[in-house]
Amino acid sequence: MKIHEYQAKAIFAEYGIPVGKEKVATDPEEAKAIAQELGLPVVIKAQVKVGGRGKAGGIKLVEKIEDVASVANQILQMTIKGIPVKKVLVAQAIPIAQEYYLGITIDRAIRKPVLLASSAGGVDIEEIARTAPQKIIKQPIEPSIGLLPFQTRNIGFKLFADSQIVNEFSAIAQKLYQIFWDKDCSLAEINPLVTIRQSQATSPRLIALDAKIVFDDNGLFLHPELADLQDPTGEEPNELEAKKAGLSYVKLEGNVGCVVNGAGLAMATMDLIKRFGGEPANFLDIGGSSSPEKMITAMKIILSDKNVKAILINIFGGITRCDDVAQGLLAALKESKIAVPIVARLTGTNEAEAHKILNGSQVIPAKDMAEAVQKAVALAK
Amino acid sequence: MSILVNQDTKVIVQGITGRDGAFHARSMLEYGTKVVAGVTPGKAGQDVNGIPVFNSVIEAKKATGGNTSIIFVPARFAIDAIYEAVDAKLDLVVCVTEGIPTLAMIKLMDYLKDKKTRLIGPNSPGLISPGEAKVGIMPGAVFKKGKVGVVSRSGTLTYEIAHHITQAGYGESTVIGIGGDLIIGTNFIDCLKLFNADPQTEAIVIVGEIGGTDEEEAAKFVQRKIKKPVFGFIAGQTAPADKRMGHAGAIIAGGKGTAKEKILAFEEAGIEVIYEPAEIAQKLKTKLA
Repeated sequence: MKIHEYQAKAIFAEYGIPVGKEKVATDPEEAKAIAQELGLPVVIKAQVKVGGRGKAGGIKLVEKIEDVASVANQILQMTIKGIPVKKVLVAQAIPIAQEYYLGITIDRAIRKPVLLASSAGGVDIEEIARTAPQKIIKQPIEPSIGLLPFQTRNIGFKLFADSQIVNEFSAIAQKLYQIFWDKDCSLAEINPLVTIRQSQATSPRLIALDAKIVFDDNGLFLHPELADLQDPTGEEPNELEAKKAGLSYVKLEGNVGCVVNGAGLAMATMDLIKRFGGEPANFLDIGGSSSPEKMITAMKIILSDKNVKAILINIFGGITRCDDVAQGLLAALKESKIAVPIVARLTGTNEAEAHKILNGSQVIPAKDMAEAVQKAVALAK
Repeated sequence: MSILVNQDTKVIVQGITGRDGAFHARSMLEYGTKVVAGVTPGKAGQDVNGIPVFNSVIEAKKATGGNTSIIFVPARFAIDAIYEAVDAKLDLVVCVTEGIPTLAMIKLMDYLKDKKTRLIGPNSPGLISPGEAKVGIMPGAVFKKGKVGVVSRSGTLTYEIAHHITQAGYGESTVIGIGGDLIIGTNFIDCLKLFNADPQTEAIVIVGEIGGTDEEEAAKFVQRKIKKPVFGFIAGQTAPADKRMGHAGAIIAGGKGTAKEKILAFEEAGIEVIYEPAEIAQKLKTKLA
C-alpha cells in the first residue's frame, strides 16, 4: 500500500525524522492561508502516489502570496500519470545546499533488508543506478540484529565532512529503519534528504524534503492503525473493486479481455495474446477457488473497459472447478447482454460438466490455450 | 527415484480441520500419498477422513512418524505453524498459505539457516512425484511418472506445462512449485541441484516469471553445473512495470526483473527458451529419446 508524501511525513515526524514546516490543502484558498501562516516563499507539491511529479509540473516554487492560490489551483486541476490531483502540500521553501538519497528496501537475492544511500539525491534511485552506480552505498541489514550505529555512522562519514551532520544522518537512518521494521514496509525512502545552506545554519542541518513509504500488503493485518491512511481516490476503481472480490486485476491498453485462474497462467495468456498479434486489455486472476460470484464480478470489471472487443477465458482447473466457472459465466450472461464475443477454454476438474453447461450459449469453445488465444485475437480485430 | 517426496514420505497436514486443509488432505490421500496425521490445536482426538488429528506437530510426529508437513492455516497463523514444524525437526515443510508478511519471512529464513528442515513456499502449490506422492494442491491427473523435472514459481501455469509434457509421453520425475512470494524457502538453484543428482530426471524445465533475479541466478548455475538439458519459460513479457501481477513476487520494480532480462540470461546460459507452453513437447523431442 502506497501512501501520500504528507502522510509519510507525519510518520517521519512521529519518529523524530526532521521535516520542514508544511501543511496539506484541498483547495486554493486553504493553500493561500497556509502560505500566509508559514511565510513566503513556499513550494506547492501535488499529492499523488506516483514518481516524477516534479517533471510533470506538479511541484512549483511560489515567491509571492498573490500567486499562491492560482498556482495551487493549477496543480489541483492536474492529472499526473492518469491520477487526478486532489490535495497539495504547501511547504516552506528550504534553502538547499545539497541533495542526498536515503532509502531502505528488501534485497530479494540475499533475503535481507538493505539500506541504500547516495550523494546523488533528488533523482530516482534507478536513475542513479544507471548513471552513477558507484555513487550508491549499500548496507545489508541483519534481520536478527538490525541496523547498527557504526554502520550508519560510517556511511555518514563517506557522505559528509561535518561531524554534526554525520550524527544527524546516522540518527535519521536509524529512525528510518525503525519505521521500516515496525510497520512492515516494502520501502521507506527520503529523496531528497537535504543539507540546509550554511548561511542559514540552524539545527537540524539535515531535513527530509520528500518522503515515500510503501507498506507490505501482506503485513497490513498486523497494523490496523494504517487502515486510516488508505486513500481510495487516485486508485484505479476497477482494481479496487477486484481486490474487494478477491480477484487480482491490472488494467492494460489492449482490446482482448482475459479471465484466467492463477497469476502465472494469466501472465502467460497475456504473452500468448501478444505473440499471436493481439493486445491484452488486462491481467485478471480469479484466484484459487472460483465461486460463480467471482466470475460475475470478473465479467463486470472486464466489460467496464470499453476497449474490450473480445473476452478470453482460460481456466486450468485444479482447485478451481470448471463447472463453477461455467455457472458464473452463464449467470453473468443472464444478468446483462454481452455484445462482445467470448471464447472459453476450460480444462481440468469437472470440464465435461462445464461444457454441458455452456452448450447452446453464445460462448465459443476452444480445446486448448493456443486455439483459444488465436480465436479471441481474431475476433477482437 | 524422484526428489524431496516419494512413496515413503509421511505427511502431516497442519490446519487439517479447515475447509482447504480437509479437502486437500482427502485429495492427497486419494492420490496415494501417505497422509498420516493432521494438526489443529484444540482438536486432538478428532479425525478427518480417518486421518487422526493432534494438538501439536511434535505429538503428531511422535505418534505417526510423520516427516513432512503441508500448511493450510490462514496467513496470520502460518508463520507460527512453520516455526512449529521446524522445531519438530521435520525434513520438509510445504507452505501453501498466501499472504505471509515479507519481514516475518525474512526473520524466519535467518532462523532456518542452520536448521535441517527445508521449507517450500510460502504461496506454493506444493510438489508431486507422480505415482509416488502428492504433497500439494495440484490436480493429480495432469501428471504421469516420467523423466522430466519441473520447477516453477506458479501453480496453474505449471499444470499447463506439465500437461504438455505428459501428453507428449515423457512424464515427470518431480514437479515443484516453489511459490510466488518475494521471499521463499527453496529457490530454483536448490531444486536444480536436486534434479541434477537425481537419476530419474533426464531433463529439467524452469518456469519463471517477472520479478527479482532468481531466474538469472539459476541460469548462471545451469551454465556452470548442469549437464542435463534445461528448458526455460518466463511469464510476464507483456506485464507493465511497477504493477504487482497477482503474485507478491511478480513485479518489475525499479526497471529490474523484466522478462527480457531473464530470457536473455537463459539464452546466454544455453537454456532452451520456450515461448509458449505447448512448445515444450517439440523442444523435449529434440533433446530426449
